[in-house]
Amino acid sequence: MSARNRAAGSAKTEIGHLEDIARTIRARIIETSHKTNTPHLGSCLSCVDILVAAYFDVLAIDPAKPRDPGRDRFILSKGHGAAALFQVLALRGFYPESMLETYGQDGSLFAEHPPAPAYLPGIEAATGSLGHGLPLGLGMALAARIQGLDYNVIALLSDGECNEGSIWESAMMAASQRVEKIAVVVDFNKWQATGRSEEVLAISPLVDKWRAFGWSACEADGHDLAALVRLMRDVPDGSGKPVAIIAHTIKGKGVSFMEDDNNWHYRIPTAEEVVAAKKELGVAA
Amino acid sequence: MRNAFADEVTRLGETDPRVVLLSGDIGNKLFDKFKARARGRFFNCGVAEANMMGVAAGMALCGLRPVVYTITPFTTTRCFEQIRVDVCYHKAPVIIVGTGSGLSYADLGPTHHSCEDMAILRTLPGMAVIAPADSTELRLALREALKRDGPVYMRIGKKGEPAIHASDPDFRIGRSITIQAGTDACLISTGVMAPVAMTAARILGERGISTRVESFHTVKPLDEKTLAEVFSGFPVVAVVEEHGRIGGLAGGISEWLAATGSMRASLLSFGTADTFMHEVGSQEYARRKFGLTAENIAEGVAARLRAS
Repeated sequence: MSARNRAAGSAKTEIGHLEDIARTIRARIIETSHKTNTPHLGSCLSCVDILVAAYFDVLAIDPAKPRDPGRDRFILSKGHGAAALFQVLALRGFYPESMLETYGQDGSLFAEHPPAPAYLPGIEAATGSLGHGLPLGLGMALAARIQGLDYNVIALLSDGECNEGSIWESAMMAASQRVEKIAVVVDFNKWQATGRSEEVLAISPLVDKWRAFGWSACEADGHDLAALVRLMRDVPDGSGKPVAIIAHTIKGKGVSFMEDDNNWHYRIPTAEEVVAAKKELGVAA
Repeated sequence: MRNAFADEVTRLGETDPRVVLLSGDIGNKLFDKFKARARGRFFNCGVAEANMMGVAAGMALCGLRPVVYTITPFTTTRCFEQIRVDVCYHKAPVIIVGTGSGLSYADLGPTHHSCEDMAILRTLPGMAVIAPADSTELRLALREALKRDGPVYMRIGKKGEPAIHASDPDFRIGRSITIQAGTDACLISTGVMAPVAMTAARILGERGISTRVESFHTVKPLDEKTLAEVFSGFPVVAVVEEHGRIGGLAGGISEWLAATGSMRASLLSFGTADTFMHEVGSQEYARRKFGLTAENIAEGVAARLRAS
């Protein structure tokens, strides 16, 4: 996989297909949360479209060769979105979907955060402590330069995660090293665990912050699959700078009674709520 | 030791294209040769050690062999979580080098002292902890660390440390080196305290006490074979380290002793006390303050022998 070998299929039908996948993933996350008492539902739902756009379109990856040296790397820096990533990786074929039946059980690989890559195909980094994924990804991007490989690195951050100083340390180094084959997508759902991200630590103006740190930054609707695909496909974007995509999202996206309600950072849905959510998503019970 | 490190890492970088050097905004000129001979593989990561450690782990996960270098507290306590998660949990083969360790930078104040580094890094699964005695051990340790498929922490001095070895000893990680034979007592020294331990052994010798001296360069994994030998063979074994008496080599050996059961030898520990040294002073001053002098060590061993 030395060259960029992404499929350039007909855009409209593909986006419809991605939307179907996103609905399915959302339903599975909600079901799993109910069955296994896994929290962070709101955080998982807000980043589903970003994950689907990346894994089902943008990334040059082959589930049959999860350790291919030339593969694109996607790092879920907001490790508490693991419940979403686990579903995406299974559906993408990195491991059988039946493996997810062990979710949350004693001895299972599927915890609330991703394990180290050695333990589960498709995982690039064990995250969960915030602020780690971008430095790891930057190391991977610099390794590509040293080794003459042509892959991209995408790190998905939460807005709360931008509280961490290590994110900004890494942002400065990526800029000084002119690493253009790395992109950050910030799942900007305006909430963190205990409050509005704007109120906890003044996060605004987030796009300007990334620009000031030397990145080519843009804003996007984080639930517009076509826009996400276009922007992530466009890395490197020709500016000679690392790319930051500030994706405006809605925490709990896809289910009316979960949207923008931070109680769903930790709340677990009841059986009735699962049924109602699936009905809204248009996914069969 | 600094210069020996720069020279050896350059030599290794020249022959091994996997070797990458990351520095936390120090030693810039020191690495001019590395930069020239391992082009594109030197990174000044700035004063941003958490990121530097994460970057190193990311590189290691892609098959490179990063060596991270800065002043000891900043490459250990400052970014401990990155070492724990990014390096150790991922079993990333990163070589972490702390320069000016122990009391090397006594005159720079407690922010630059490091008497806890071995204690905290020793707790991390899979991490090897090495304190070379001199430039020769440092060079050999670096070579061996590169062969190891996992993380290594190495604490080194600054410059001008006396040489212990006239020629290359048989250096293996986890295998202590006997630098002087003896029959009455044993000094287990780690890191740059070796010359002090040798002087202490000479003083003891003048008093008719034949003293064995070990350069116990690897604090983890412990050389249990040598420990079993000296703790069953001598009445007194003294650990000498420029590190706190909590959690360093003496700490590790105490844990080993507790698990092993009672042995013949009683354990003496020479290291820094449970306090910060706030006043200014040279490394020699600081060592005197903490009783890390040849005279004090010799006196302590002789007294323990009399009591045993």
